[in-house]
Amino acid sequence: MKQWLLGMTAVVALTAGALPALADGDLHIYNWGDYTNPKLIEKFEKQFNVKVTLDDYDSNETMLSKVRAGDTGYDIVVPSDYTVKIMIEEGLLEKTEPSQMANFKNVDPRFVNIYWDDGRHYSVPWQFGLTTFAVDTAKYSGDINTLAILFDPPAELKGKINMLDDMNSVIHAAERFLNVPRCSGDKGDLKKVNDLLQAAKPNWKTFSYDTITKMTSGDVAVTETWNGAAYRMRIAMPTVKFAMTKEVMEGWMDNVAVLKGAKNAENAKLFQNFIMDPENAALISDFAKYDNGIMGSHKFLPKEFGEAPEINPPAGTSSEFVPPCPPEVVEVYNKIWTNLKK
Amino acid sequence: MATTELTAPTPGPAAPEPAPSAQLSNAQQAAVRIEDKARISRWLLTAPAFVTISIFGVLPLLIIIIYSFLKAAPYGGVVWSPSVEAYVSFLFQADIFTDELVFSPDFLQIYVRSFIFAVGTTVICLFLGFPTAYFMATRSPRQRNWWVLLITIPFWSNLLVRTLAIMFIIRDEGLLNNVLIGLGITKAPITILYTDFAIVLGLFYSFLPFMVLPLYASLEKLDFRLVEAGYDLYASRPKVLFRIIIPLSRPGIIAGCLLVFIPALGAYVTPLILGGGRHMMIGDLIAQQFGSGRNWPLGAAQALILMSAVLVALFFYVRATTGKMKHGQG
Amino acid sequence: MAAVKGVDLRSQFGFHTIAIVCLVVLYFPILILIIFSVNANDIVAVFSGVSTRWYEKAFYNEEFHNAAKNTLIIAVSATIGSTIFATLAAVATTRVAPWRGQNAAYMVINLPLMVPEIITAVATLSFFALLGSKLGLNFGIGNIILAHLVFCIPFAYMPIRARLETMDLTLEGAAADLYATPLKTFWHVTMPLLMPGISSGAALAFIVSFDDFTITQLVAGPGQTTLPLYIWAMIRRPMTPEINAISTILLGISILFILISFWIAQRRKA
Repeated sequence: MKQWLLGMTAVVALTAGALPALADGDLHIYNWGDYTNPKLIEKFEKQFNVKVTLDDYDSNETMLSKVRAGDTGYDIVVPSDYTVKIMIEEGLLEKTEPSQMANFKNVDPRFVNIYWDDGRHYSVPWQFGLTTFAVDTAKYSGDINTLAILFDPPAELKGKINMLDDMNSVIHAAERFLNVPRCSGDKGDLKKVNDLLQAAKPNWKTFSYDTITKMTSGDVAVTETWNGAAYRMRIAMPTVKFAMTKEVMEGWMDNVAVLKGAKNAENAKLFQNFIMDPENAALISDFAKYDNGIMGSHKFLPKEFGEAPEINPPAGTSSEFVPPCPPEVVEVYNKIWTNLKK
Repeated sequence: MATTELTAPTPGPAAPEPAPSAQLSNAQQAAVRIEDKARISRWLLTAPAFVTISIFGVLPLLIIIIYSFLKAAPYGGVVWSPSVEAYVSFLFQADIFTDELVFSPDFLQIYVRSFIFAVGTTVICLFLGFPTAYFMATRSPRQRNWWVLLITIPFWSNLLVRTLAIMFIIRDEGLLNNVLIGLGITKAPITILYTDFAIVLGLFYSFLPFMVLPLYASLEKLDFRLVEAGYDLYASRPKVLFRIIIPLSRPGIIAGCLLVFIPALGAYVTPLILGGGRHMMIGDLIAQQFGSGRNWPLGAAQALILMSAVLVALFFYVRATTGKMKHGQG
Repeated sequence: MAAVKGVDLRSQFGFHTIAIVCLVVLYFPILILIIFSVNANDIVAVFSGVSTRWYEKAFYNEEFHNAAKNTLIIAVSATIGSTIFATLAAVATTRVAPWRGQNAAYMVINLPLMVPEIITAVATLSFFALLGSKLGLNFGIGNIILAHLVFCIPFAYMPIRARLETMDLTLEGAAADLYATPLKTFWHVTMPLLMPGISSGAALAFIVSFDDFTITQLVAGPGQTTLPLYIWAMIRRPMTPEINAISTILLGISILFILISFWIAQRRKA
């Protein structure tokens, strides 16, 4: 028994002691799960002789909690739009001035003067997309391009809908359907939102981020989801269509930013510049199937991707990026959400 | 807490007992010496566990307690200014229109729901786990270790992948329904997934070993001569079970119930996935405060209220059972 | 003569059946999990044909290697550490004459059980961040192991304690009568009798550490991703049968690990 214990400890010590090969420098990236093309990392590692580590998170809040606590050891994080704004305001990001970098000219001008980083002083576009919903047209053949599908569904779809387990996405969608402003502090508006959600809930089957499996397994016929996920669903189930609603749609963008005080800040800046190159941006999109914010990348991507309906919203539709709501409003949102899910 | 050490334990053979004559026998003298050294060494023995948990478990918890008495920062995190808002808002929320504080049962509702699920899970685990543990304990000594292994191997797979597999079996178009319909037992699919039953099933699955293993540990030592004595006295099988076997395995039952009930109260990943997320559990609720809810103090307060409730419940349970146990453990 | 002569006095009505049913219920999803790891289809939920490409993918997946390695290191370390600590503590706190601080010890040891995971996660994150920034203390993957130790100890402690409480002290008394030192008594008499409790405790500690996600997620640093983190972070993305393949691989490795140590233990006994 003693020997067994010793042996076990030896094995553990040996494996723990195995050090990674040292290189010219390191880079520690903290990104969303399954969101980074290994080929992109390899290319970067070879080009700059840097050893890259990649770790995953599943939500902005997890990443934010860790970064706020401090001393994470990460150099690069990939926050979503509103999270970038929060992080800049709390002084958590390094001002790397991507606008002065060599490849900056490739950034799509639509994404330079955005609310979370006007003029791009901290962050670089990684990928962006839309959040509405996908419908299995085999189960419903009517017009799907309206939020009424979620909030006032036709009979065939009642009870077969999955919503994202995301307070902001659901509440903002309700606001769009009711045509009230986002982050509205107006009590009357908030009450309307609450009532709408309560009325719609019986039609919803589940709340989950696992949207692709829910559709492809047949658990639901409609799911609130992101356009890249819908693209994947369509490849598996050709009858799936991504709705481009007549109401304004939710847009989001993930951005590459450098943490303040990052140990490998120079390598991190190299990485920021690196991904503004169209060929590299294409690698990013090819992996997760979302569009990137760099012009000229589409010629490096397969044609089906560039022409996919999911990343080409038709004329007449529009999308918006939504800033974080003020704390008083979030408080009420929180109540509405708890009320919805209790 | 829920065991006998709160009362004076029945004196073991090592406890010094003043003999009728003034002289202590050799064995008793040796026992006294051992007892003295043992008192000091007991502290040393508990030290590793005690110190580790004190530093890396209790100290961090103090941070949370402090957080619960602070104000929430606008985008998450805390602001270092004291406030009892978090605790007040557990029961009283400002009405949307009047800004008056009204009693809000929302959180209580969620707590009660989790509590019911935890109790249900514990009961089911006990009813099904006891026979399983008993079965394992009555195998031949060589086989027993393999059974312990067998019970734990399923849990060396990843939770999420395992849950997906369970979903594959129980969903409307899943394996179970296909088999049932194929065999003609039912015509329409039985809805299991995303119901409360699925949650209980998932919790039962996750927590079964936490009931079985402690039970097994205590049942394995069961002295079957006592069982035989029961039969010798013409007791029926159920009587032997309830009057002899179960009371003797009480430590295992208590350990198992604690190891299932308490974590089940805070469980939320499995219920979230299998239940569909339409109803929050406590774990969900608290996690929400540290996430997009952006209210750390509230999350901390909710957790502390939960822990206090558990402590109070345990305290009363111990009070109630200590008397009984003193009697039963003769 | 026993009233139920001729029948195994140990068996109870229906227990055998219930035990087998429980085991079947436990293993069936695992079987599905393994079968789906050779699913030719991209989509995790639909089976269409057999293919080993996911194992190939897993084989070349460096992130998986790193995550698996970390998971095993952490789980094994936490299991060994917590089982040892728990055994020592259990022996000192069970069925002994009451000593000052015994209750405090019991409460502290079982405290981690009561704390919701997300709270432990945030608390430990804040604590280690404080240690790191104010005292410059960072144990690398040791941080995670320490965090795991904390919640594994009560899981190891309870079965061992339950075992101790059911045990008969006369054997130890006999050893004392024979002038055996407490240490010798412990090693040669108590420990072997305690083994089913210790192995139960170790098994529980391993399970709890192996699958931990909430706490590890907030405490892990760069390069310290574990398998639960890796798989969970994929939930918003299309999940392919690769996760089945990597689960099966890790399951296989763990089983192999244990079988080898069993075999070594048997060899020693012989």
